[in-house]
Amino acid sequence: MADREITYTEAAREALTDAMERDPTIFVLGEGIGARGGNFNTTLGLYERFGPRRLRDTPICERGFVGLCTGAAMTGTRPVVDFMFIDFILDSVGELTNQIAKIQYMTGGRLKMPVLLRGCVGIGGGAATHHSGSYYPLFVNVPGFRVVVPTTPYDAKGLLATALRCDDPVLFLEHKSLLNVKGMVPEQDYQIPFGQASVCREGTDVSVVAIGPLVPKCLAVAEHLAGEGISMEVIDPRTLAPLDLDTILTSLRKTGKLLVADESFGPCGVGAEIAAQVMEQGFDDLAAPVRRLNGVHTPTPYSPPLEAAVVPSNEQVAAAVRNLVAE
Amino acid sequence: MDKSTALSLYTTMVRIRRCEEQLARSYAAGTITGACHTYVGEEAIATGVCAHLRHDDAVFSTHRGHGHALAKGVPTRELVAELFGRATGCSGGRGGSMHLFSPEVGMMGTSGIVGPCILQATGAGYSFQLKQTDQVGVAFFGDGAVSNGAFHEGINLATIWDLPVLFICENNMYATEVAFKDSARNTDVAERAATYGLHAEAVDGNDVAAVYAAAEGAVARARSGGGPSLLECRTYRTRPHAEGMRDGGYRSQEEIDSWKARDPITAFSKAIIDAGTVTAADLQAVDDAIVAEVADAVAFATDSPWPDPATVADHIFAGSATGGVA
Repeated sequence: MADREITYTEAAREALTDAMERDPTIFVLGEGIGARGGNFNTTLGLYERFGPRRLRDTPICERGFVGLCTGAAMTGTRPVVDFMFIDFILDSVGELTNQIAKIQYMTGGRLKMPVLLRGCVGIGGGAATHHSGSYYPLFVNVPGFRVVVPTTPYDAKGLLATALRCDDPVLFLEHKSLLNVKGMVPEQDYQIPFGQASVCREGTDVSVVAIGPLVPKCLAVAEHLAGEGISMEVIDPRTLAPLDLDTILTSLRKTGKLLVADESFGPCGVGAEIAAQVMEQGFDDLAAPVRRLNGVHTPTPYSPPLEAAVVPSNEQVAAAVRNLVAE
Repeated sequence: MDKSTALSLYTTMVRIRRCEEQLARSYAAGTITGACHTYVGEEAIATGVCAHLRHDDAVFSTHRGHGHALAKGVPTRELVAELFGRATGCSGGRGGSMHLFSPEVGMMGTSGIVGPCILQATGAGYSFQLKQTDQVGVAFFGDGAVSNGAFHEGINLATIWDLPVLFICENNMYATEVAFKDSARNTDVAERAATYGLHAEAVDGNDVAAVYAAAEGAVARARSGGGPSLLECRTYRTRPHAEGMRDGGYRSQEEIDSWKARDPITAFSKAIIDAGTVTAADLQAVDDAIVAEVADAVAFATDSPWPDPATVADHIFAGSATGGVA
């Protein structure tokens, strides 16, 4: 079977289709994911193939259907909740954190919790403040979740395939600016384990851990800065929980400098967590403090110039890298 | 009602009553930490409903769940050991009273949060419908859950999708100390549920035969693809909301006494003796056996080991850290 170039959305949909063919207990719930095929085409064509009980359109009641999926996962099926915009998950935070995250623990593993919770995150297209969040710290801080943040079509398919076989609750978070990105993807089924970062570009002067849309931005900046004699190593963690710290530490041993670039907020964010872990376990390899580049800590505004102003730009990434190299 | 059924119902109610009285004593003695919400006075509901359930039916309960656990088949030893915090408890000491789990008998959790059980029972119904089995999901909740969004969302989802679910509202008129009449203009839960398109009926929750009959119909409806039902079982708890809390102040002694006079166990004993279904000696034999069973459970729990602190971080996840494979 050959690799071919498809979009991130198509790649993820392949993983979902393959899994639904193989496993009749998988079903999808969400608003508009039935005959319509999903606002982001996440389930395009699946309703015709698998029918209305496995592609179930819901009323607008996120707490209700997330709670429903909790009970379903406890009784032998594998629910997929497709939130469309991940912001809508907030209406179900109680079910998520007090129930889904805790049931395996309270039952000593006698009950599994194979719930997949997917949705589009992030800023872009004027979606504004109710449709632009990421919420990573919530999912990473609560014990019990796997948090998956693929940035390429290849990773999206392989990680979703793993998520659909995983007996733990998984947050599968797809940045809306990456959905139409194209990349080479094998036709066959394959899985990428959680907790394995990808070194997207090797370098020797500075390690940059990039999340989501900052991955392509950092790669573009790396290409540009190579012309200035700066060699950037770009690491895509691919999963935030579990986090592959070893790959980051190995990189740091080489470069001595670490920048975490993330569109989402700084306070208590993923960058703060990585910085703390690196300080604890890689202190002797640090030639400078760990630096973070985050989006502005504000609700997301609507107007295009305002929206652009709250997201780290390529220029800001380049400046942060240059400053770190100079430290 | 035949003798076998009558004795079975009587046994379950007495088991719950004696166990709850023991747990109340243990709580007062300091053997139980955390919360302990007893089910005294409400035994007919768990008993009458669970009599129609199999181990592969799924019960989801609330903070006042010891009666549901026992009626569903959690061994008395495992309930007491759990509240004593021992490793032999049904949740391995990890849950306590409000997080009782025994999936082996379809006891899918009591809960410290009001509302989720309604949604989870609906989800169990979803699984059973998808897998095309005749299993049912059951949610037990109180009047306090009726004003919560989970009630609205859960019964709506079950109804639009014809899911095999029983919603059992144990209306004891108070949510902690807040009277239901102060939380809702319409306190007729069955009437409210019916407006969703759901089959709903009000039942005397202190009459185990009435609960048994209503539940029989509701379970049969669900198993045969007839969809969900709600039973509003009107009852009363004659002990405080939780052990260690005050009993009065928000309700009168006259009210409490009037419901004690409608004790479900006393009423049922009299009914089945008067009908000639059983003899007083039959019931005494059950009473004696239950007293011994509860004493055995306390001894078992007292002698059981504590959970090992080295295991405190186990079972957060099912698979390995790398995600596992199906």
